Amino acid sequence: MEIIKADTHFDFVRMMKPNLIMSLAVIIIGIASLIWHGGPNYGIDFAGGTLIQIKFQNETHTDKIRAAFKSLGFEDSIIQDYGPKEVIVRTAESGTDAKGLTSRVEEGLSAAFGKGAYEVRRIEIVGPKVGKDLTRKAILAIIFSWIGILIYVGVRFEFRYALGGIIALIHDVLVAITFLSLFNKEFDLNIVAALLTIIGYSINDTIVIFDRIRENVRKNIRQSLVEVINASVNQTLSRTILTVLTVLIVLIVLFIFGGPVIHDLTFTLLVGTITGCYSSIFIASPIVLLFEKIKPSGLKRKK
Amino acid sequence: MFKSIRIRAAVTIVLCLAALVYLAPSLTSDLPDTWKKYLPTDRIHLGLDLQGGMHLVLEVETAKAVESTLDRTANDLKENLMENRVRFKIHERTQDRNVTFEFPDAASRDAFDKILHNQYPDLEAASSEMVEGKGLVSLKIKDKRAAEIKKMAVEQSLETIRNRVDQFGISEPEIIPQGTDRIIVQLPGVKDPARAKNLIGRTAMLEFKLVDEDHSLEEALKGNVPEGSAVAYESRMDRDSGRRSEIPLLLKSRTLMTGDALESAKVQIGDRFGQPHVSLKFNAQGSKDFDRITAENVKKRLAIILDGVIHSAPVIQERISGGQAQITGSFTMEEATDLAIVLRAGALPAPVDILEERTVGPSLGQDSIDKGTWASIISGILVILFMIFYYRMSGIVADVALVMNMLLLFGVMVAFKATLTLPGIAGIALTIGMAVDANVLINERIREELRLGKTPRAAIEAGYTKAFLTIFDSNVTTLVAALFLFGFGTGPVKGFAVTLTIGIVVSMFTAIFVTRIFFDHFIWNRKIERISI
Repeated sequence: MEIIKADTHFDFVRMMKPNLIMSLAVIIIGIASLIWHGGPNYGIDFAGGTLIQIKFQNETHTDKIRAAFKSLGFEDSIIQDYGPKEVIVRTAESGTDAKGLTSRVEEGLSAAFGKGAYEVRRIEIVGPKVGKDLTRKAILAIIFSWIGILIYVGVRFEFRYALGGIIALIHDVLVAITFLSLFNKEFDLNIVAALLTIIGYSINDTIVIFDRIRENVRKNIRQSLVEVINASVNQTLSRTILTVLTVLIVLIVLFIFGGPVIHDLTFTLLVGTITGCYSSIFIASPIVLLFEKIKPSGLKRKK
Repeated sequence: MFKSIRIRAAVTIVLCLAALVYLAPSLTSDLPDTWKKYLPTDRIHLGLDLQGGMHLVLEVETAKAVESTLDRTANDLKENLMENRVRFKIHERTQDRNVTFEFPDAASRDAFDKILHNQYPDLEAASSEMVEGKGLVSLKIKDKRAAEIKKMAVEQSLETIRNRVDQFGISEPEIIPQGTDRIIVQLPGVKDPARAKNLIGRTAMLEFKLVDEDHSLEEALKGNVPEGSAVAYESRMDRDSGRRSEIPLLLKSRTLMTGDALESAKVQIGDRFGQPHVSLKFNAQGSKDFDRITAENVKKRLAIILDGVIHSAPVIQERISGGQAQITGSFTMEEATDLAIVLRAGALPAPVDILEERTVGPSLGQDSIDKGTWASIISGILVILFMIFYYRMSGIVADVALVMNMLLLFGVMVAFKATLTLPGIAGIALTIGMAVDANVLINERIREELRLGKTPRAAIEAGYTKAFLTIFDSNVTTLVAALFLFGFGTGPVKGFAVTLTIGIVVSMFTAIFVTRIFFDHFIWNRKIERISI
C-alpha cells in the first residue's frame, strides 16, 4: 500500500515563501497572545506555589471548596475540575511554612467536609527558590540542546545545514509556545519535557531530509540546489508522512486515554509533532538555500 | 556486521532471553527458590508518581551552622579572656553576623590578639579599628573553616535524616545530596506524609537550661530582659479541651547540656494517666554532667527545651546520679514515638527548610499506571496493525522488531535500575512511534531500490546501507536532546528522558540488526523472488 505515490514532484521550494510568512504570522500571534495573557502562564513548578488534588466521595460544588480554602487563608485559590468528583486547587502560597501547610489543609478540609468524604491524592509545594532554579535550568536545557545539536549537525553536515536545523527547532518551540498560550495551558516541568522531545523529534525529521540532500548533492553535482532540495523532499515525503502518522496515532491515543496528568504533555507533543514535520520541509531547507544565496558553497553549480 | 544468520539470530535470542530473565520478577512474584538464589529478583522500579509517596527537597541553612560555631567559639573566648583578666566588652551582634569585641586600651587589645592568635586558629578579625582610643575588633570564622563547617553540616544532616527515616520504617527510601546545600528525600509509599515531614524537618535541638528565678518575668515581658537571660515559651495542651496554650518563662541563656549527651531515648507509658513520655539515658559524660548540674541546683527549676520551645520545667527535687531523665508533656503516642526517634538520631547541625514537596497518594498512582498501560497497549496495537496494513510481510518483520524493542527496553530498565514514571510511559509510547520510523526509512529505501529495477537481494543490501547513515544521524541528534532532558530533569521528567534514551538506543538495534536477519533469511535460505513490502 502507498499513501504517497512514489513519484511526486511537488515544488516545495516555491511554497516556502508563503509558508515562511505563515510561520511568522503564527509566531507573532503567539507573542501577541503572550502579551495579552501577561507572559506565559507559569505553573507552580516555575512560579512557586501549591497544588492540591482532591477527590470527593460525592459531587461537591466548587463554591463550597472555595469557601473551605478561603477559611484556611488561601484567598486567591484557583479551583479546576479534574475528572469526575475530582478537583485541583492551586494557590500562590508556598514557602513560608511548608511544614505546616499540609496539616493545615487536612484540618480545614475535614472541618468543612468531614473525615473520609474526601481524599487528598496529590500535594505539590514548590518554594520560590526552587521555582527560580527550575526556570533557569529549563531554559538552559533547551538552549544547550540547541547548541549540542548545532555542533553535531555542523560536524556531520555543513554549518549552514546546522543553522537551518536550529532555526527550524526554534520555530517549533515558538509555535508550540504559541499554542500553549492560545489555549492558556500551564507551563510546568512536563511541558519543558515535551518541548525538548519536540526538539528531538523535529531534528530527527530534518536530518532525514538533509541526509537526502547531502546524498543528492554528491550524486548530481551539476543540479541546482533548488532542484536538489525539491527532489530530496519529494523522495523522503512518503517516509515523512508515514512517520508522522505513526507518532500521531500514538499521541492521539495517549491524549484520549492517558489521563489528565499527561494531558498537557501530549497536547504539546501533538502540536510539536505536526510543526516539527512542517518545519523540516518548509523552514529548514529554505534556510539552507538562503545561506547558499548569501555565500555559495565551494562546489561549482549552475544557478 | 556478522555474516552468519545463525550467529546473528543467536545473539538476538540470547538478548531477548536475558531481558525476559530480568523482567520475570516484575511479571510474577511466584518464582521458584532456585531462581531467587541465582537470578535477578529486582522488580521494575516505579517512580513516586506511579507508586505513590513523597518527594522532598530540603535546604540546610549552612550559614546557621557557621553562626552557631562562631557563637560557641566566641563564648569560649569570652570566658578565656575573663580568666586572663583582659578587659573587654561584647557588642550586640550586627547585621553581618560577626561578633564584635571592644577593648578600652592597647594593653588589653594586645593580650587579646595574643590569645586569639595562639588558641583560636578558626577565628580571624573581619575588621579592626580604633574609635576614640577604644579598639573594636569584629571576629568571624575563617572562610576556609566556614566552608568546611558548611560541608560537614550538610553531611551530618544527611546522616541524621537517614537515621531518622530508617527508624521511622520506610522501605527503600532515597536520601541524596544535591548541589552544595540541598538534600533530596524520597519516601515511596509513605502513609502519613505530614508526620514524615515533621520527623525529617525538625532540628531536634535538645537543651537543658535553668529557669531564671532571680529576676521578674513581668519586667522581662515588658522588654527589660536581664543580661544573660531570655524569655522562652512552654507549650501546653489542655487535656480536656485539646487546646494548646503558651506559657512564658524566663530562662538563663547558658545551655547546661544538649542532646549530644544522650545515649538513647525511648517511649514509656506513665502509670497514672497512661500518658506516654520519653525517657532519656545519658552517656557517661552526660551522666556525670547531669549529676553535677542537679546537685548544684536542687530546688531550682530545670527547663527542657526542644527547638526553642520549652517542653517542661520541673523542679529539681534532689541530685540525680543515675544518668536518666524524662521528658513529660502532653504527648500523643505518635508524638512521643517521633520525639524518641529524633532524639536517638540526633539533632540536625543546622535548621533545614523544605523547599519543595510533592506527595502522590497511592490511589492516584494506580490510576496513572492503569491509564498509561492501556494507552500504551492500544497505541502499540494500532501501530502494529498500521505497519502490517502498509508493508505486508515486511510490516510483520518490523512489528516483531517492535515487540522485541519493548521487551529489551523494559529489560534494560530493570537491569540498570532505571525508574519508570508516568511521563516515562508516555516516552515509551512515543518510542513505539519512533522505533518504527527506522523501519519505515529502511522499507521506503528498499522500495525505491526495487523501483530502480534491482533484485530483491541488491535492493535490501542497498536499502539497509543507505538508510543506516540516515537513521544513525537522526537518532544521535535526538539522543542529544534526550541527554539534555536527562541532565535537566528531576523525578518524572528524568524518567521520561530515561525511557526515551533507552528506547532510541534499543530501537537502533532491533530496527536495523534484527529485521535484517529476517530479510537475509528469506533471501538467502528461502531464495524468494519477490519481497512483500
